Amino acid sequence: MAHFEKANSVGEWLDQRLAVNTLKRVLAFEYWIPKNINFLWAMGMVLAATFGLLLISGIFLLMYYQPNVETAFDSVNYTIMTEVGYGWLWRHIHGVGASVVFLIIYIHMFTGIYYGSYKRGRELIWLSGMGLFVAFSAEAFSGYMLPWGQMSYWAGMVITNLFSGGSLEAYGLVEWIRGDYVPGQAFLTRFFMLHVLLLPLVIIGLIVLHFGTLRIPHVNNQDGEDFDFEEAARLYKEGNIKESKVIPFQPVFLAKDIFVMGVYFILFFYLVFYHFEFAMDPVNFDPADGLKTPAHIYPEWYFLWSYEILRPFSKDLGLIAFAIAQVIFFALPFLDKSENVAPASRRGLFKFWFWAMLIDVLILTFMGKLPPQGIWNVIGLIAALAFFALWIALPIITKKEKKL
Amino acid sequence: MNKELKIFGVVAIFTLVLYWGVEPFAHSQMHKHVEGDNFAYSEFKASGKKGDAVNGKALVTGAAACTGCHGIKAINAPAPMDASMAGASYGVNPPDLSTAGALYDARFLAQLIKNPAHALKVEHKFDPAKGKMHPMTQFYGAGGDIDQEIADIVAFLKSIAPKEMSNKEAFENACGRCHANRYGKMSQLGETPKFKYKKDELKHQVAILEYQDKLKAYMGKLPPDLSIIIRARSEHFLETFIENPQSQLPGTSMPAVGLSHEGFEKVMAYLSETGDPSKPARGELGPLVLIFFIVFSGLAFLWKKEKWKGHH
Ligand code: HEC
Ligand code: HEC
Ligand code: HEM
Repeated sequence: MAHFEKANSVGEWLDQRLAVNTLKRVLAFEYWIPKNINFLWAMGMVLAATFGLLLISGIFLLMYYQPNVETAFDSVNYTIMTEVGYGWLWRHIHGVGASVVFLIIYIHMFTGIYYGSYKRGRELIWLSGMGLFVAFSAEAFSGYMLPWGQMSYWAGMVITNLFSGGSLEAYGLVEWIRGDYVPGQAFLTRFFMLHVLLLPLVIIGLIVLHFGTLRIPHVNNQDGEDFDFEEAARLYKEGNIKESKVIPFQPVFLAKDIFVMGVYFILFFYLVFYHFEFAMDPVNFDPADGLKTPAHIYPEWYFLWSYEILRPFSKDLGLIAFAIAQVIFFALPFLDKSENVAPASRRGLFKFWFWAMLIDVLILTFMGKLPPQGIWNVIGLIAALAFFALWIALPIITKKEKKL
Repeated sequence: MNKELKIFGVVAIFTLVLYWGVEPFAHSQMHKHVEGDNFAYSEFKASGKKGDAVNGKALVTGAAACTGCHGIKAINAPAPMDASMAGASYGVNPPDLSTAGALYDARFLAQLIKNPAHALKVEHKFDPAKGKMHPMTQFYGAGGDIDQEIADIVAFLKSIAPKEMSNKEAFENACGRCHANRYGKMSQLGETPKFKYKKDELKHQVAILEYQDKLKAYMGKLPPDLSIIIRARSEHFLETFIENPQSQLPGTSMPAVGLSHEGFEKVMAYLSETGDPSKPARGELGPLVLIFFIVFSGLAFLWKKEKWKGHH
């Protein structure tokens, strides 16, 4: 057994047993971040904070929510919104948070794409990040089932139907997922379990992994500059903070993050108090009714682009396209054949690829909500084809890219 | 700093375009545009006659037989039947007329008395030629100038209408015979009382179910509970739909109830109370939370400046 001296302070006592001083040094005070970054590098911590808000508000909602097809709707819309003190506040925070978290995720992802932060040692950051994207998607979808409104029911119906695999007609699988022929009690209870237990656990695990994958390659910087972190850290510790290219995570990087978070929270709570409707679809305030199909069934805005990739094609082709679109971003580090880690603006054709991809995803998102008729269908089809064309072009144009 | 603002600008523009596309633009394309008439009922011509309330009262309780079907609490005229019986006879319980003068538009009322199916815009359901009569019999006149008589009836209804009507009363009289509002503890039989014995509670529930069966037969379907409709439909939809249901749901059996603008506002206020009760609390707490985060950001900015001193 190790030898323990009498500790003179709580800090020392903990350090003897947990090496907290080492942890603090490795994870915070000597976790070096490049100095040459902008506020987009705060998005990761903004995401972590938003997840925190979702977790806390979710715990409060969980105390009154009832996962029962008879009472779920009223437990949310009446009990929580009317009877529970500040229940409405927690619900609006949770609803707005679920929507805004995707906006920040997309900003965070496209930041990574723009600056090339997914390659040369940073592949695992990207892959764990995509894992988080998928886990958040599942979390959002399962949460959407819980109020048991019309959109819960019908979106649940439509999305689980996808698992029949088109012409494969795997209805057995669909029933297995639903626990019934149509969404019902078994369906609601299992999505409740996923939403409040399994998926949050997965997300927390993935966040830890994501942070872990950042530690060795360090985060990228605005110029994609590759420099010697040891050397920069030595300069900093010697007091040459002006010459050094790095800053410590704590307190210097955090000081800026916290300011960015403050501004973000102003916007966030503005939405919570004055503009929450965008995050809570009106159709879901009609109770679930299996006999009455809503006029328009569409997913929440953050799924629209992939939904639109499903829609314009024939049944089987649409499903295949949809399945590929779901996972293709995982492949980014391997389809980008260029060695360059630099902002897209300096990377020749990739610059156009980046903006084309961003605008294409935006167009797909617009079309995904519109009724699939006439000109919208045509635009949707073109945008979906462009999406795949861009992915096919990626390895070709990046292979030809000049080395910087 | 300058560069950061530029980047922020780009992110903000893309975010706003995204919002515009999935919210205002998508909704403008998804829902057909319906112009309202602002509860003016300009399609119904006013007769221009000045009504006499005293004569109106005689007609309402006499020749026009309104009190043969409707109760009027304001003049101590009880409803001839209770809600269940009325439901069984007419398919729906004729509402108490005490507040009708304030709740409904005068031109609409005149048209309603003359030709209920036409005023209520349910002629697709009721056609005397096919022997399908509206349950509210039309007023054929009491022997004099019918337009004058109708003006008298309307004048009477206006004279008894209360100066102040609660939002709940407005809902109960205008919508309550068809729509429940369970968050407001209202069923089609009115406010649900507190029962001491389970047996009485169950009896009441059975009475509601029986009434709803008749209503379903009359309307073709059970009108939806309106507890939280204020969040399920846009304000514009509710306004144009309530004014003229046919404009939004062609062929629907819900009548155009003929609310005055004031009546509409009261009904909406009630729907807002039951469906969006946190509105006042949001208004109170919102500014405080925003001020907190503005101060927080200010302090965070000073802290950041302090920590970054000497770094550039
Ligand atoms: C034979 C029975 C009967 C008589 C007589 C009758 N009503 Fe009605 N009235 C009804 C019924 C039934 C309804 C409900 C109809 C519905 O909702 O479809 C109604 C509805 C109404 C309404 C509410 C309409 C709306 O806009 O929703 C008013 C106001 C009204 N009656 C006024 C009168 C007046 C004034 C008279 C006398 C001139 C009268 N009624 C005579 C049966 C009657
Ligand atoms: C005579 C019965 C009757 C009265 C009175 C009535 N409604 Fe309705 N209402 C209906 C019926 C029936 C439906 C179902 C319509 C359908 O789906 O075709 C309906 C549906 C509705 C809807 C839902 C429409 C939709 O989009 O599905 C709203 C909102 C509504 N009513 C509001 C009101 C309000 C507010 C009042 C009072 C000012 C009122 N109604 C009075 C019978 C009535
Ligand atoms: C939703 C939960 C997520 C959290 C809490 C999170 C958190 C973080 C944090 C704290 C950082 C470091 C600071 C920064 O650069 O912002 C970071 C970096 C990174 N994240 Fe995430 N992230 C999440 C999701 C994602 C997703 C969905 C992706 C993309 C698929 C992703 C990809 C990356 C990349 C590539 C970096 C490195 C950036 C660089 O090196 O400059 N992350 N993340």
